[in-house]
Amino acid sequence: MTQTVNHFALLPLYAAGGAALLVLVMELAFGRFVLPAGIAGGLATIGAAVALGLRPASTFCGPEHCSWVGGPQAAVVTVLFAALTVGVLMLSAPALRAGIAPPGEFCFLLICSMAGGVVIAYAGDLITLIVGLETLTLPLYVLVGLRRFAPRERVTTTGASAAVTFFLVSVISTAIALLGAALLFASTGVLYLAVLTGGTGPRAPLAAVGGTLLVVGFAFKVAAVPLHAWAPATYDGAPVPVAAYLSTASKLGGVVALAAIVQRLDTGPLVAVLAVLTMTVGNLVALRQTRTVRLLAWSSVAQAGYILAPLAVGSAGVPAAIAYAVFFVVLEFLAFAVVVAVRGRSRDGGELTDLRGVGLRNPWLGATLVLALAGLAGLPPGLSGLFAKVTIVAALINAGWGWLAGVVVLNAVIALAYYVRVSALLYTRPTTPGIAFAALPDQHPVPAEEPTAPAPTLSSPAAPPPGPASPAPPLAGDTPEATPAPAATGTVTGVLDPNLLEKATHPRVQVPRPVAAAIAVAATATIILGFAPQWIFDALLG
Amino acid sequence: MTDLLLVSVLAVPALGALVVALLPAARDRAARIVATVFAAVTFVLTALLAVPRPARAGMPWSDVDVAWVPALAVRFHLGVDGISYPLVVLTGLLTLLCCAYTVWRVPGGGRGRILAALLLVLEVGILGTFLALDLVLFFLFFEVVLLPMYAVIAGWGGPERRRAARKFVLYTLFGSVLLLLGVFTVVVAAGTGDLVTLAGGAGLSRTVQYTAFALFAVAFAVKAPLWPLHTWLPDAHTEAPTVGSVILAGVLLKMGTYGLIRVGVGVAPLGAARAAPALGILAVAAILVGSLVCLRQTELKRLIAYSSVGHMGFVLLGIATLTVTGLQAALIGNVAHGIITGLLFFLAGAVKDRAHTGSLADLGGLRETAPRLAGLLGFAAIASLGLPGLAGFWGEAFAVVAAVERGGPLWLTCAVLAAAGGALTAAYFLRLLRRVTHGPATPAVTGLPGISRPEWLAWSPLVLLALAVGLVPALVLAAAADPVAALTGAVP
Repeated sequence: MTQTVNHFALLPLYAAGGAALLVLVMELAFGRFVLPAGIAGGLATIGAAVALGLRPASTFCGPEHCSWVGGPQAAVVTVLFAALTVGVLMLSAPALRAGIAPPGEFCFLLICSMAGGVVIAYAGDLITLIVGLETLTLPLYVLVGLRRFAPRERVTTTGASAAVTFFLVSVISTAIALLGAALLFASTGVLYLAVLTGGTGPRAPLAAVGGTLLVVGFAFKVAAVPLHAWAPATYDGAPVPVAAYLSTASKLGGVVALAAIVQRLDTGPLVAVLAVLTMTVGNLVALRQTRTVRLLAWSSVAQAGYILAPLAVGSAGVPAAIAYAVFFVVLEFLAFAVVVAVRGRSRDGGELTDLRGVGLRNPWLGATLVLALAGLAGLPPGLSGLFAKVTIVAALINAGWGWLAGVVVLNAVIALAYYVRVSALLYTRPTTPGIAFAALPDQHPVPAEEPTAPAPTLSSPAAPPPGPASPAPPLAGDTPEATPAPAATGTVTGVLDPNLLEKATHPRVQVPRPVAAAIAVAATATIILGFAPQWIFDALLG
Repeated sequence: MTDLLLVSVLAVPALGALVVALLPAARDRAARIVATVFAAVTFVLTALLAVPRPARAGMPWSDVDVAWVPALAVRFHLGVDGISYPLVVLTGLLTLLCCAYTVWRVPGGGRGRILAALLLVLEVGILGTFLALDLVLFFLFFEVVLLPMYAVIAGWGGPERRRAARKFVLYTLFGSVLLLLGVFTVVVAAGTGDLVTLAGGAGLSRTVQYTAFALFAVAFAVKAPLWPLHTWLPDAHTEAPTVGSVILAGVLLKMGTYGLIRVGVGVAPLGAARAAPALGILAVAAILVGSLVCLRQTELKRLIAYSSVGHMGFVLLGIATLTVTGLQAALIGNVAHGIITGLLFFLAGAVKDRAHTGSLADLGGLRETAPRLAGLLGFAAIASLGLPGLAGFWGEAFAVVAAVERGGPLWLTCAVLAAAGGALTAAYFLRLLRRVTHGPATPAVTGLPGISRPEWLAWSPLVLLALAVGLVPALVLAAAADPVAALTGAVP
């Protein structure tokens, strides 16, 4: 039996796969241009998905059903995957240029992961879905730990241990999902998503177990509580752009896979329990975080709970869940992008206190992070977060799940507590007291009557304290905040104004151009989606 | 034409906020002046909303209705009528006065132009709430004010501002998420969020109305605020900068009472009728608790904040009676409280800025050193305690009258207790005046500068309005008769 293959339907996958190959060839042949090649490949994938979205087609068809199904939702999800990949590539550009990771391998792996996302989007049967999910995840094990150390840099194993954690958990979850698929197939004989059923008669319990295992397996991927423990450690150990990819694209893959299952099988109670646990635990733990990426990780755990809530409803809730996921990934990406920009050449996300005063030094970065965090909290000024919350609540109440809507909105109140804490931190002035300093005798003598002067300016020649770096290193946040001046030798001749000290040790961040472009595009998308959320609903419904 | 007017009432301050925020930091003062110009244009536009007249009785005066997000049943439906018009104009006026005040004086903590931009954003949210004729749109605008107000308190407030601002934002978000649940309970049941269609609870079952009103009542009770959900208010007021307090007390709280009238009573009259006794009791409790707490207060702004709890209790008592008199009392009480408490907070801010203390123990003898300021404070306090002939009188007196009209032991008791609360109000305001203006001058109040011209400019409209509304209450109520009758007509 031969199958005719509709190559037009496979166009997005060809684009993604071709991009991966192109990157590989570029790396081998020229050793450069990999980043532009990857970005071009991502954009080509977007184009292919849009073209296919306008004229949906399917292929790899059996007598009745297809394993590769084009549709409006698939187009939206593919565009999102490709856009996120392009965005992450742009965020990684400065780090790659600095040689933190081998650029060729990095880009190749990321594009491969994107190809997995494309497969998930168009998957028409369980096996294709799981293969897609694995293709999405597999390169990420490497990416989490992929890291070069400069000759004299302290070598850390956080990345490696994060990668191993992620790998182990993910492999187990895949095994569980495969077992579920096998049980489901054994009891119902169906693999095509379109006709997935819970089975009837004596085999129904077996099918139910299969469905449950599938949901549990996929719930690992979206880091639903109690299957979430890997996420914060992995995000925090990974380079920030990779953490951004994990919490947006990788999570989106899990959501799409879950949506494909729950809308056909009766798993409502299980998903509802997962949703309530996920959002509540995620938010409560996020309240106590002190590291930026960990806070974002826990908040994205909580956000996964909001996405799961409408999925508990079944097929009626799927458009709401996907719509929420679209809003969420854009906002989450924006938040991570700003963290990347703020951290500059530092390798990790740093402490929350490193964000102090960013809004005062870099007003645009501060405003963008506030836009993203307020959106994640479901509040204006960006309307997209608000509409996301409204979508979920409307879908839940519409389906008669009012209590779950109640849990969602109460969680939104808890979540605001930490989002507001971070946002306020952006505009907090330094609390460090000014440090006393002494002028060395052979330098610029300070008149004896001056010690009472509270704030000699840094520009005056008398001011530079001997110890602390006056040519402030550009690593924002990594420099010790207040290196005590060696005042032992001389008398205290002045007190350095804490604001000036902050300015010297925390200079304005210079945002690299690719990162700035990614932030600008994501922020524009957020604002536009906020005013025209109907576009998403139209696109999802075709 | 009228459509354009309605939309521009929201678009002008929004555009203004954007322009002001984008102006360079070096042009701070110029930016504040630009903000004032935008606020002035908005005020003129809000006043002009009275020009178009309704095509039919019972319909809003002017009306914009465009589909926005069909998937969520959201329509961009704005309109103004006799109930919302006075509040809309009051919002325009207070924002203008606050922006003008900001030109003259920026509270410490942050850039003045950002404060002015935030005031304009607040104005957009408040005006939108008053103008929205779609439930979901109402909710959207209700949420718009949360973060800007947080930023105003946290950025330009007093020493404990962070805690106060956080308390404010979490409390009010709690209220507004309940509103969200209520909104979609109604929208899902009725299939539409249009407040004109839904007026009178059209087509909503008893159960839906009960559920929805319960959610609305708690949501708006947090915002208004109604005892015992008021605890965020004193902290927020004490810490907020003067302009923040003025906007907060003057119009932000009115979103709660207005919402209760327009959305609570309007959409779920059966629920309102069922919950009326409970609301009445809570309102009276608020009046008494507010007054009693005020008698023990030692801080100027805190005292005025708690007095707001009492005054909003009167407004809610008026609403709870569900009679024409009661609702009209609530409307005029709303506006009067906005004018008088706005003025009181301006004055309290002026006193605190000059004397560097708000403690009643340290203030005293203001009459000796700053007779004009003391005189204005006396005027505002007397207006607030409800002296006949000034704005505060009508709302309080007629809330009590409405409760008496309603009859029955419960409402009579409420009326008697509310009247006693009114007497207590007089007691604590007179105590305030005795402590602050009379007696020998304390060191804190000696050598105070006089009232500057910008201050006169900001305060005189409020003084005049307090007199005007007191003498001619029809200014507020002229056009409210029809819509109020329509609202009470639906109550069983």
